[in-house]
Amino acid sequence: MIAELGLAALWLAAALAFLQMVAGALALRTGPDGEIAQISRPSAVVQGTLALVSFLALLYVFAVTDLSVELVAANSHSMKPWIYKVSGAWGNHEGSMLLWVTVMALSGALIALVEKRLPERTMQATLAAQGFVALGFYAFLLLSSNPFARLEPAAAEGLGLNPLLQDIGLALHPPTLYLGYVGLSVAFSFAVGALITREVTPDFARVMRPWVLVAWVFLTLGITAGSYWAYYELGWGGWWFWDPVENASLMPWLAATALLHSVSVLASRDALRVWTIMLGVVAFSMSMVGTFLVRSGILTSVHAFAVDPERGTFILFLLAIYIGGALLLFALRASTIAEGKRFAVASREGALVVNNVMLSAILAIVLLGTLYPLLTEAFDVRVSVGPPYFNPVSAIFAIPMFAIMAVGPLLRWRRDRWGRIGKEVVLIGALLIAGLTAIGLLADIAFLPLLGLAFALTLGIASFLPLRGRRLLKTPLATWGMVIAHFGIAVALFGMASESAFSTERLAALQAGQDTTVGPWRVRLAAVEPQAGPNWTALAGRMVVRYEGDAPVEIAPMARSFWAPAQQTTESELVTRWNGQLYAVLGGEAQDGRWQIRLWWKPFVTFIWYGGGLIALGGVLSLIGRVVGDIKRRRVRRRVDERREDAEAFA
Amino acid sequence: MRGIALLTLLVAAPVAAQDAMPPAPYAYRQLDDPAQEAVAQDLMETLRCLKCQSQSIADSDAPMAGDMRHQVRIRIAAGEKPEAVRGWLMDRYGNYVSYSPALNTSTWPLFAIPGALALLAGALLFRRFRRQR
Repeated sequence: MIAELGLAALWLAAALAFLQMVAGALALRTGPDGEIAQISRPSAVVQGTLALVSFLALLYVFAVTDLSVELVAANSHSMKPWIYKVSGAWGNHEGSMLLWVTVMALSGALIALVEKRLPERTMQATLAAQGFVALGFYAFLLLSSNPFARLEPAAAEGLGLNPLLQDIGLALHPPTLYLGYVGLSVAFSFAVGALITREVTPDFARVMRPWVLVAWVFLTLGITAGSYWAYYELGWGGWWFWDPVENASLMPWLAATALLHSVSVLASRDALRVWTIMLGVVAFSMSMVGTFLVRSGILTSVHAFAVDPERGTFILFLLAIYIGGALLLFALRASTIAEGKRFAVASREGALVVNNVMLSAILAIVLLGTLYPLLTEAFDVRVSVGPPYFNPVSAIFAIPMFAIMAVGPLLRWRRDRWGRIGKEVVLIGALLIAGLTAIGLLADIAFLPLLGLAFALTLGIASFLPLRGRRLLKTPLATWGMVIAHFGIAVALFGMASESAFSTERLAALQAGQDTTVGPWRVRLAAVEPQAGPNWTALAGRMVVRYEGDAPVEIAPMARSFWAPAQQTTESELVTRWNGQLYAVLGGEAQDGRWQIRLWWKPFVTFIWYGGGLIALGGVLSLIGRVVGDIKRRRVRRRVDERREDAEAFA
Repeated sequence: MRGIALLTLLVAAPVAAQDAMPPAPYAYRQLDDPAQEAVAQDLMETLRCLKCQSQSIADSDAPMAGDMRHQVRIRIAAGEKPEAVRGWLMDRYGNYVSYSPALNTSTWPLFAIPGALALLAGALLFRRFRRQR
């Protein structure tokens, strides 16, 4: 019953998305005061509510493990812990697509309810575009991936969820990324709306910016969490594999980062109009490409749980319509939109343009490296593109970008002289050279990590220079956001470079009671004991680990065996210190009663994710700053209006 | 001297295998010489585990990855150059095994396009800023 309710709500939501699209499009002709224009906002709100009802229905059937629903039977199990039953609702193809449209419909409802700053015509066009995008996803769900399909007769027991995915990481990771993707879809709708009515103005940028910021914050969090999840769950200490699925989340992030900077220029300087629209289209395209890569089953990877060419074709079709349509519209309209205000090389806009071009180039490299092997595979040539390609090639563009990133925020808008910030530039240059020489002489490390460390040091200090000479409490929140996000980049870069430069590994076969060392740690295997959990049994290697001079700590990494479905996983155990992490894994039993142990000492590896957190925090601060500023401005305007009315009444 | 010791080790491996040794003792065992181990580790990180999904042989529990780690380690220990080991593995398993794409007729765009991108980026910036003056 609940499942049918969910399905009905989904169909109705699709119908309303259609209505929203048609009404918005017709309102472009009849004008914003016509009757038809009154329809699109309410239909967006009702559509959001219905999609939410549908998603709640799905959560319910998963929570009670209703095995007469095909999706539940295929992905859940009555013995699974409750939290994973619920999170299992989106741990599969159909459920995750339903989550996607639900978030999209809710954001549509939100802009329909609160967004009053744009000209009503642009709003109607935006809502029409939003309805059009949503409709495609509803069609995809209803026609090729119905999450509520019944199973007749009901299954006696579910098949279970991949144990790798039974983790708190999974519960949070996909929704976070989807919020990011969906935020970009809203930005896309705004871009299309503005393109249709040719109203690419600073006001438009101010309306679009919070959505880009939200998307960007969630993408940052999603990528950071996903990387940490891979790091501790896969059991070999790797944190980024340049896996196509990871790239699928990185590409929208790169595009969103470029868009974020470009939309800021448009909002404050009325420049880079065409570029902002272009990036809006590209950012959403990248989300779609990512969805296509992950959902179509074109890749064989942990994430690609939909192995079904029919769906792949459907998403490819949607991709072609949206991206092709948007690019066509862009090609037709771009020439009619003036480029916006001019600026010099030595200006903040100039620095931002350089950075945007570099980010776009990195994006192109990642896209190339991800798609190229798929392309050659179609011709039966199998090529692998991995870290040895991505790292140096993206560094070609990342290094100049970091250099500009250190200097750019110090420049003034429109036109500046390098001489004015001469002292700072010299300081930054000196830091960089000093860092390169000192680290190069002291430590024998590869070139890229060396560059990474030196730039991390330079950026870490340079990111705070924009605060110099300002009263810290009076500095706008958005500026703090920028400073902290840039500092976060430096912190993450430091973590990445030092993980790559200073990690030490120890593989050992130990008997209970024996010990070994890794870096500054001494590790003793105390005992190997059996353990049992709700749906697994495990061997736990109790170890006493001791950092030189510190008190010993006891840990117990496990080798788990799940029984539904039957699968082995390694549960690594991490000991975190301020200066790094000890990573311990219990492997198989070797001969003569010894156990395989894998240990890593990874100095400052945690900074990668601290950095990610700081970047997201910067985004949040900036978002709060912008939204609060906007609310204040609205209040002031309202008060001015009231006073004028009072004055008129007096007169 | 070390060479001879390692040679004996290579020769001894099949013999030792008969007394219940696992077939790939260096799958989970490091080389004694840290410098050689580092070279082997760097190489392993750039070789694809053919039985896994987007993981290098340095990141996998698959038995085949273990065998390949063993091969890489004993070959490095025997004094082979990393690129020679990579070549040997590519001869056996195809170019697919190497994460570092080699420049050939089917991969040249991977190298040409970044170059073109760099030129394009330069041209774009040059044009944009020259017009201002």
